[in-house]
Amino acid sequence: MDIVVENLVKSYGLQRAVDNISFRVRTGEVLGFLGPNGAGKTTTMKAITTFLVPDSGNIHVGNYSIHEDPEKLKKNIGYLPENNPLYEDMPVIDYLKFVANLHGIPKQEIHGSLLNVIDLCGLEAEKHKKIGELSKGYKQRVGLAQALIHKPEVLILDEPTTGLDPNQIVEIRELIKKIGKEKTVILSSHILAEVEATCDRILIINKGKIVADGTTQDLRNQASGKTILKARILGGNLDSIFAALQKIDGVKVVDFINKDQNRFYLDGDQSKNLAEGVFNACVKNGWILTELIPVETKLEDIFKELTMESPVKN
Amino acid sequence: MKQIWIITKRELQAYFDSLMAYILLILFLGFSGFFTWIYGNDIFFIKQATLMPFFNIAYWTLFFFIPALTMRLLSEENRMGTIELLLTKPVSNWQVLMGKYVASLLLIATALLLTFSYPISVSTMGNLDAGEVFSGYLALLLFSSMMIGIGLFTSSIGNNQIVSYLLALFIGIFFQIIFGMLGQSLPGIPGHVLDYLSTSTHFESMTRGVLDTRDILFFAGISFLMLVFSESMLIRKRFA
Repeated sequence: MDIVVENLVKSYGLQRAVDNISFRVRTGEVLGFLGPNGAGKTTTMKAITTFLVPDSGNIHVGNYSIHEDPEKLKKNIGYLPENNPLYEDMPVIDYLKFVANLHGIPKQEIHGSLLNVIDLCGLEAEKHKKIGELSKGYKQRVGLAQALIHKPEVLILDEPTTGLDPNQIVEIRELIKKIGKEKTVILSSHILAEVEATCDRILIINKGKIVADGTTQDLRNQASGKTILKARILGGNLDSIFAALQKIDGVKVVDFINKDQNRFYLDGDQSKNLAEGVFNACVKNGWILTELIPVETKLEDIFKELTMESPVKN
Repeated sequence: MKQIWIITKRELQAYFDSLMAYILLILFLGFSGFFTWIYGNDIFFIKQATLMPFFNIAYWTLFFFIPALTMRLLSEENRMGTIELLLTKPVSNWQVLMGKYVASLLLIATALLLTFSYPISVSTMGNLDAGEVFSGYLALLLFSSMMIGIGLFTSSIGNNQIVSYLLALFIGIFFQIIFGMLGQSLPGIPGHVLDYLSTSTHFESMTRGVLDTRDILFFAGISFLMLVFSESMLIRKRFA
């Protein structure tokens, strides 16, 4: 079931939280929602789940619109809100049964659905405890379990791994990936490594606008637009190597990383093959190329670059 | 209807799990029983086969107890954020409100049901008017419905239970006392309107055994209006 967000606008007073954003998430895709605090991620997610009514724009989940068929749309969504609100006075199993009933799961299937989701989220030992007595990690699992119990076509997870220990984080990431193969998943996170590890596509939002949209590789290219290489070249005079590197087609900056070790830094145009140029220069001059390392732009750097300068792409 | 019943069951469970239901039942039966049978203008004091002392004390007891029962209904959901969880499930605002309303009404109905021993006891002592008993109980139920509506509305406003309780009493006191007083002091149509808005006018009429559709419509109308106001508060949150 695809999610289509069209020209979504939502303001809180004078502040425009979401500013005319549009995007599409396809079935079998895990979309990572990134952005600084107050960027509009949660607002967008709340609008998709129909909890917030946008000022303008529309959202379709499958064939259902948030304006025309909110009830049908809600049946197909599993939602884990930010801060994971839960009825702390209820035992885990009663709470999950309550949610299953609300989703209209037939009576004869409820037991099976409960066992399945309890097993999936590792809640077997805690199922009779009151939610208020659980640790933060287990509460998060209960939150996930309630989002998954009706086997929704679409999963909206607002910071799903908050409060989990490293082992649990890995488990939940694997679970999301598994679910994401067949369903549509949107997840938000502040942990960039998590988004990189879990998501097929990343959407960065800043001040209510989309500033980047694509795979991790797309974002790297889009954000930097340049290739950075580290090279170590032996067997020649430092100055002549330096001069030869500068002459390579596409090279903009050449610098020393370590003069004593003949290590160079090259920064150039992404459309040109700098590595080939370095190799050819070494062959031509009879130098020995002992190291040639492409430097990848970190996702953190891309995020910082995009959300600090806030160029607008829509 | 199914969704309403699911929410009603969850609310009833919350009432009994938090001991709120037991406390309310014990206090209500204790209070009403004490003043009906033992102290003040009790049945033995007035020496008549009537449940009027019980209806009068239950009327005021419920006025103070119901806001305590309803104060957490939505304010707690707002405070904990569970309202978001609930409203993103396949339920409408009305189903959520009706589920909570019905749960509170069922609890009050249970409390009233437990006092059925009173008319049975009185009927063994004298000639008790069955019509008066029926309409008296109906008046208590309708009045409770109105107070639950007010409580639900004040609970929907914010996330503080005490504020919700006090606000419900504040609104309730207008219907209990202030509208009646103003109605009697003001001449003409405003006076009549305010007098009609006084609960005591309708309640007393019903406890005397007079079943008038105007009285029933009054309680039902205020209950409905309060549910509409509560819904508008839920809608407001989604447009916030």
